[in-house]
Amino acid sequence: MAELPYLPHTESDIRAMLDRIGVQKLEDLYSDVPSEFLKKGAYALPDALSEQEIRDYFASLEAMNARLKVFVGAGAYDHYTPAVIPYLCSRSEFLTAYTPYQCEISQGTLRYIFEYQSMICELTGMDVSNASMYDGPTAAAEAMKMAIACTRKKTRVLLSKGLLPHVIKVVETYAKFHGVEIGYVPVMEGQTCINCLKAELAKDDVAGVIVPSVNRYGIIEDHSGFADAVHERKAVLIEYCDPSALAVVKTPGEWDADIAVGDGQSLGLPLCYGGPYVGFMAVKKEHMRKMPGRIVGQTVDKEGRRAFVLTLQAREQHIKREKATSNICSNESLMALWVTIYLSLMGPEGLREVNRLSSDGAHYLYGELLKTGQFEEVFPGKPFLKEFVLKPKQFPGRMQKRLEEAGFFAALDTEEGYVSFCVTEKRTKAEIDRLVQVIKEG
Amino acid sequence: MKYYDKLVFELSREGRTGYSLPANPYPAAPEVPSALRRGVPLRLPEVSEPDVVRHYTNLSQMNFGVDTGFYPLGSCTMKYNPKINEEMAGLAGFAGLHPLMHAGLTKGANKVYQEMNKALAAITGMYTFTFDPCAGAHGELTGLMIMRQYHMNRGDFKRAKVIVPDSAHGTNPASAAVCGLEVVEVKSLENGRIDVEALKPLLTDEVAGIMMTNPNTLGLFETEIKTIAQLVHGIGGLLYYDGANMNPLMGMVRPGDMGFDIMHLNLHKTFSTPHGGGGPGSGPVGVSQRLEDCIPDLRVSGFHGNFGVILRAYAYILSLGRQHLRKVGQYSVLSANYIKECLKDLYKLPIEGVCKHEFVFDGLINDGAHDDVPGATTLDVAKRLLDYGFHAPTIYFPLLFHQALMIEPTETESKETIDAFIDAMRKIAAEAARDPEILHGAPHNTPISRPDETTAARNPILKYQEN
Amino acid sequence: MSKIIEGLKYSESHEWVKVEGNIAVIGVSDFAQAEMGDITYVDMPEVDDTVDAGEEFGALESVKASSELISPVSGTVVEVNAELEDAPEKVNEDAYAAWIIKVEMSDPAQLDALLDAAAYKAQIGE
Repeated sequence: MAELPYLPHTESDIRAMLDRIGVQKLEDLYSDVPSEFLKKGAYALPDALSEQEIRDYFASLEAMNARLKVFVGAGAYDHYTPAVIPYLCSRSEFLTAYTPYQCEISQGTLRYIFEYQSMICELTGMDVSNASMYDGPTAAAEAMKMAIACTRKKTRVLLSKGLLPHVIKVVETYAKFHGVEIGYVPVMEGQTCINCLKAELAKDDVAGVIVPSVNRYGIIEDHSGFADAVHERKAVLIEYCDPSALAVVKTPGEWDADIAVGDGQSLGLPLCYGGPYVGFMAVKKEHMRKMPGRIVGQTVDKEGRRAFVLTLQAREQHIKREKATSNICSNESLMALWVTIYLSLMGPEGLREVNRLSSDGAHYLYGELLKTGQFEEVFPGKPFLKEFVLKPKQFPGRMQKRLEEAGFFAALDTEEGYVSFCVTEKRTKAEIDRLVQVIKEG
Repeated sequence: MKYYDKLVFELSREGRTGYSLPANPYPAAPEVPSALRRGVPLRLPEVSEPDVVRHYTNLSQMNFGVDTGFYPLGSCTMKYNPKINEEMAGLAGFAGLHPLMHAGLTKGANKVYQEMNKALAAITGMYTFTFDPCAGAHGELTGLMIMRQYHMNRGDFKRAKVIVPDSAHGTNPASAAVCGLEVVEVKSLENGRIDVEALKPLLTDEVAGIMMTNPNTLGLFETEIKTIAQLVHGIGGLLYYDGANMNPLMGMVRPGDMGFDIMHLNLHKTFSTPHGGGGPGSGPVGVSQRLEDCIPDLRVSGFHGNFGVILRAYAYILSLGRQHLRKVGQYSVLSANYIKECLKDLYKLPIEGVCKHEFVFDGLINDGAHDDVPGATTLDVAKRLLDYGFHAPTIYFPLLFHQALMIEPTETESKETIDAFIDAMRKIAAEAARDPEILHGAPHNTPISRPDETTAARNPILKYQEN
Repeated sequence: MSKIIEGLKYSESHEWVKVEGNIAVIGVSDFAQAEMGDITYVDMPEVDDTVDAGEEFGALESVKASSELISPVSGTVVEVNAELEDAPEKVNEDAYAAWIIKVEMSDPAQLDALLDAAAYKAQIGE
């Protein structure tokens, strides 16, 4: 069998190196390992494959997956990815670089993170962004911990029931082990209930509240009065947002939120079965030093030229160790580059156009689905963008199966028995018409 | 590498566009009600596609990557990233899968997870893995949650302490604290290994477990691991293995066989997926059979972890197969010991003997200090290496030595590359002995010189501001 | 050799205390600021927060380090030095002019446990 192409060692190299070290054979380098722990016998692994065989095998795996037109969102949106993005992100200087600790040879990474931070601040209307988090749900969990750190002696964080279910679950998991009590704010008529929120806040043990900017029914929430109610009790307001939608809906900054979090996936990242995505977090300046994650700042080098460095590092785990607010180190840097290039290409008008196309398509589908007579409205008149729920008049299993057979992933069940739909600019009118036709024929 | 001073915002011209979208065939939807509408301007750049391509190409040229040159970066395992892995991760049949599709629609993806699980179990000796964690630190946190969950499931709620060696990665204590565990530090001996006698009195019925890596952060095998495992298990605690140092064990030793109950792997270190300038990574967590029940309740990321990274790592494992696996471990150890032997006459080696995939020097033997001129520090050596076309080693870690300089070559570097690195390190030592000022001023040949980090932290400028 | 001022009280964790009636003015010693190097941020409590002797009340940060500030006395914070928010370098410039917090003491007897200038000088080995 040929040597693995990633291993450059020839026999004479190995001999020369062993001689220099002063041992006989490679196994002697493990002489300090108790022999009972040296693995005997073969590993239960398949035979090594050549590159061609790997390609063939992956093609066979790929063929086992369904290839459907996606009409579902629920936290992962099938927006269009311009060709430029994967092209630039696959440049090895970005792709194969380490974390930019050696700033003199990492100005490329540091500059795009600075641009990313600037764009996230611009989208959210907040003052300071970090360099990225793992995904939206973990960003929300980090915001939960940050709320506790910002408001000493308060132990409870409230979650709106309008948040996506996977966001709630991740926050609950982190909270359980971090010793944070979770409370819930119900949704009334498609909107996080402010009176229920006020009742919970009155107990005076609340450190923070997480509410969705656009909720899991696709409805754009009205957060008038939320910040005042939360701040009156010295708690922090956390907005969970779809960053793509922030081009058109009121920003966390405008709602006077303290922390904005969400998933950057909607900014042109492929669905890729759930990851890699990129969480974002942006905060008001006063909370900057409690923010987890890496932050890039601008400074000058010895010659006075503009330069960028990782800064405010005294917050982080490698310095604060057990006193750090978070343990995060590697984040999703390359996906932050992806988002940065996406936002550069789209610009303000492109992002608004993505929202127009998605929203117009979603409203068209909404109307056409109602016309089939097989659905009832759940939240009539409530404002939505690309995503909405309807109540099927019959058990939806058969319809979902027919849609799959016709090449659509659509009508995702919600826990209340509704079905949810999502339309992005990648869906065509012909696809929508065909989808509606399949339902009609059902 | 050359200096390039633009930010994409500075290329912006009103009315210029870089996007291509289809015509709108739909009737206009109702407008967002004004009370809910964005009322502030959206000042994203307005640039053309060629502007964007040229800008980011220019930015990339100020960066160093594995494809550019050698990273002797201790504790980070910066090995070559095979290109076939990238192609496999980009296949449309994987990239187009929505994470909420049911199992019947994602059979190929499910098979990747199942086979990957089997392969990692075989390599590590663990029973099963969860793939949800998105990075190494995320894996640590998940592993510690499993540790606590295990004790809670047994109705044992008093175990709130976790023992961590003083040589541990900074993430270990941070992860423990985030998981609600109190960190108890155990000292190392002169020979760099855990002090078993110091460990014994720490082992009470309040201890949930111990977090270790083996080899440890000095690159030394913990020879007393069997005793440590017996002691910790003896008080009902669990052993956690930090997989950051798994590379030298590939094909040679399995954490599961040494008695570890929980471990995480860094697919972006040991399993060749690219580091991406700081992610995306993947930190799958493996457990022994008795802990299997503790996994399902935990939801630590949105969907199924970083699937794209898992695909790359699986392609790598298939290329290794059973035939090549042990070469990864052996060659990484060979290269580390070779560098150590070739440099220990010029750099202080605090602990003699065979190392595993990495080792630590404690600065220069002759730092050139004379009269009023201070000697060359580890930072100076690291920065001077950049001038010679190498990435710097990990510096000032572990915290056991003042001038720690931690070198890990990996198995994918040729003898020629390693010899060139040794040559550069010897030249730097000679420069320091002759005139440490050369090193104090380094780097000299990089896109920027040393930046003013104090001003950056005192007066933070964290986003673009129009002049 | 670092500066030590006669007449102040010192803690083993390098804070100094100047007593003004029932108020303890607290800062860090010249030795501590020199050990830290360029201070980039002073993390301070808020007015009306309570502090406990021997417990952390804030931190000094440099580019690569963070060092806890330990309160030498118990009491209530009555004033913080807001000047340090934008100019942490003042601690480097003159550690004894750059006080950090003023505490209304709940137990002035705690002062007796602190070091005088000579004892502090001996502790830092100068």
